[in-house]
Amino acid sequence: MTINPDLQGRSYPAAEVYDVGREKIREFARAVKATHPAHFDVEAARALGHADLVAPPTFAIIVAQRADAQLIEDPESGIDFSRVVHADQRFTHHRAIVAGDQLRAELHVDGVRAMGGGAMITTRAEIFALRDDLQRDPVATTTSSILVRGEGQ
Amino acid sequence: MSLKFEDLAVGQEIGARSIDVTRQDLVKYAGASGDFNPIHWNEAFATGVDLPGVIAHGMFTMGAAVQLVSDWVDDPAAVIDYQTRFTKPVLVADTTGTSEPGAVIEVVGVVGALDADARTARIDLTVTFEGQKVLMKSQAVVKLA
Repeated sequence: MTINPDLQGRSYPAAEVYDVGREKIREFARAVKATHPAHFDVEAARALGHADLVAPPTFAIIVAQRADAQLIEDPESGIDFSRVVHADQRFTHHRAIVAGDQLRAELHVDGVRAMGGGAMITTRAEIFALRDDLQRDPVATTTSSILVRGEGQ
Repeated sequence: MSLKFEDLAVGQEIGARSIDVTRQDLVKYAGASGDFNPIHWNEAFATGVDLPGVIAHGMFTMGAAVQLVSDWVDDPAAVIDYQTRFTKPVLVADTTGTSEPGAVIEVVGVVGALDADARTARIDLTVTFEGQKVLMKSQAVVKLA
């Protein structure tokens, strides 16, 4: 199986809304062994000036990987998920993610290059909320590179 | 306690911690994150795709390592940028039914750079497993008062 080089430059529109809930923030925080009270106690989060529970710094991966799934599951991409290895990841937060946010993610395929029998694919998710006037409120930009290993790699 | 930008110096250590990891932690992370790739919970599947065994999600390690920074700055939202490269897998042994961890990840944080105009500090994390770095260029930028 080979990776389709025409993927580069492709983008996938924001498909679904991700509703950030308090219990999901708590669950994710426990899963990364976070103990800061701003993830668990609304009053503690408010004392720091936040509207509600604050998501951990890598929480946006949930939204980003849902957006990535559009690419991985795209039959035209040629990506075998079982041979995917995460190579790098970056989160740039334009503002904190808090419980009650409704997030959308637009995915961009920024790079595809062949490596051995496999390929390195770099994607960027622009995560945003919609304001009342329907303008985008930028929340986070995530970039990620995945290595799709070729056979025997 | 409130950290002040003026009190920081490049090279200063912010702290260190050890993170115990079990197979159950990986199942928990899979559920919480939605990343159900079986290489993170099924031995036969992992070895079948030429891995040495079940490995931790890179995002588990990245997410757990930054807690040192969140706690140090005492506001998780102060972490405005965080990046890493995943260089080596963390192999998690099956210790189900015992109180032993399947792997132990060590994290040390150091102030790597300061930006006086932006009032930000770059914290460089050294993240190791069995003496080898598993994350490279693991950097968290925090915004300070």
